Amino acid sequence: MIKSRRSFLKVAGIAAIGLGAAPAINFAASNSHGTGEAVMTKDPEALLARRWGMVIDTNKLDEQIAQDIVKACNNAHNIPDFNHEVDKEKYPDTRPVNKKQEIKWIWEEHFNYAFTDKEDEFLAEKFKNLDFLVTCNHCKNAPCTQACPTQATFKREDGIVMMDYHRCIGCRFCMAACPFGSRSFNFRDPRPFIPKINPEYPTRTKGVVEKCDLCAERLARGEQPYCVEAGQGAIIVGDLEDPESEVRVLLNENYSIRRKQSLGTQPSVYYVV
Amino acid sequence: MKKNYIIAGLAIFVIIVLSPFWFNMVTTPMAAPKPELLGKAATTKKCVLDKYDMRANHMSLLDTWRDSVVRSSDRKYTAANGHSFNMSLSTGENSCLGCHEDKAKFCDSCHTYASVTPYCWECHTNPKEIQ
Repeated sequence: MIKSRRSFLKVAGIAAIGLGAAPAINFAASNSHGTGEAVMTKDPEALLARRWGMVIDTNKLDEQIAQDIVKACNNAHNIPDFNHEVDKEKYPDTRPVNKKQEIKWIWEEHFNYAFTDKEDEFLAEKFKNLDFLVTCNHCKNAPCTQACPTQATFKREDGIVMMDYHRCIGCRFCMAACPFGSRSFNFRDPRPFIPKINPEYPTRTKGVVEKCDLCAERLARGEQPYCVEAGQGAIIVGDLEDPESEVRVLLNENYSIRRKQSLGTQPSVYYVV
Repeated sequence: MKKNYIIAGLAIFVIIVLSPFWFNMVTTPMAAPKPELLGKAATTKKCVLDKYDMRANHMSLLDTWRDSVVRSSDRKYTAANGHSFNMSLSTGENSCLGCHEDKAKFCDSCHTYASVTPYCWECHTNPKEIQ
């Protein structure tokens, strides 16, 4: 059989169209049920920001509120309390506690420990007794994320310095890198020391580092962090990049300070004094 | 003379090497646990993935979920079949254990049979166990 080049090209062209049409037809057929492709999305209620930040108004903070905030955070995030009496039946082989190994997400600190570079000779009397609340600063240039060899701690697009406990190998480089001491290491299984486990949040395991995650799980549901809720207006969380946001308005109207600014980590936690 | 020794040695060797098979021939091997749908899962009947796909690939699905939740904060999974789920092992109604309420039956029975020990529950909590 002799074929001209012309007729060969015709057949080849039709065949090419047929080959191209098959996937398109299959795709159209599969669309009859569902979208055909799984998608992962945010909750429509979720609170979003370009860069999350926190303003702590020290004028509204007193001993009682500070304690309430710390307690609300500790209870919600299953943070162990090493003064807690261990249930001997449930955890029979619990070693005695070393109190230095405490775990802290947000805690009270004196002015001269929190702001080591502000060495005012005649510090206002009110600051001497005021307990400042300190926590992870979610720095813009977070040194902990640069130190982490496994990217277990990393900076999210919205500015939150996040921990992925699944990836943490417990090397503690991040703890050495953090100039604020905001990170704690689990030297032991924390579960025996959690007074009441909150089922809404996982506990941690022995050998991982943990810290404040700005209640990312609550922001994702459209709720404010626990500290904001318990703070009675003393703590405000919002978008630092949005000039209209509540935090920016507060910062615009008040004089504020940040911890260890000279190190250049650009902390996202501001203190109105 | 040597030939007999070698053959006897070989026979013993084969018997020992194949001993697991002999063992299984005389004893009845443990039957694989039958997956069963309990509680809410039995009545709702909406699966994240197709049954067989889920059996084979749930671990990589959970891996994708974890990365999505922790890294991009996308927490809602709309499956190919149109149903949507909360990407969480144990928190809320729409999570894994929120629907498959019995962890012992849903996770442990197969994992024990297959002799795998994932360490999910060292951190994640089973709401039924806490009270």
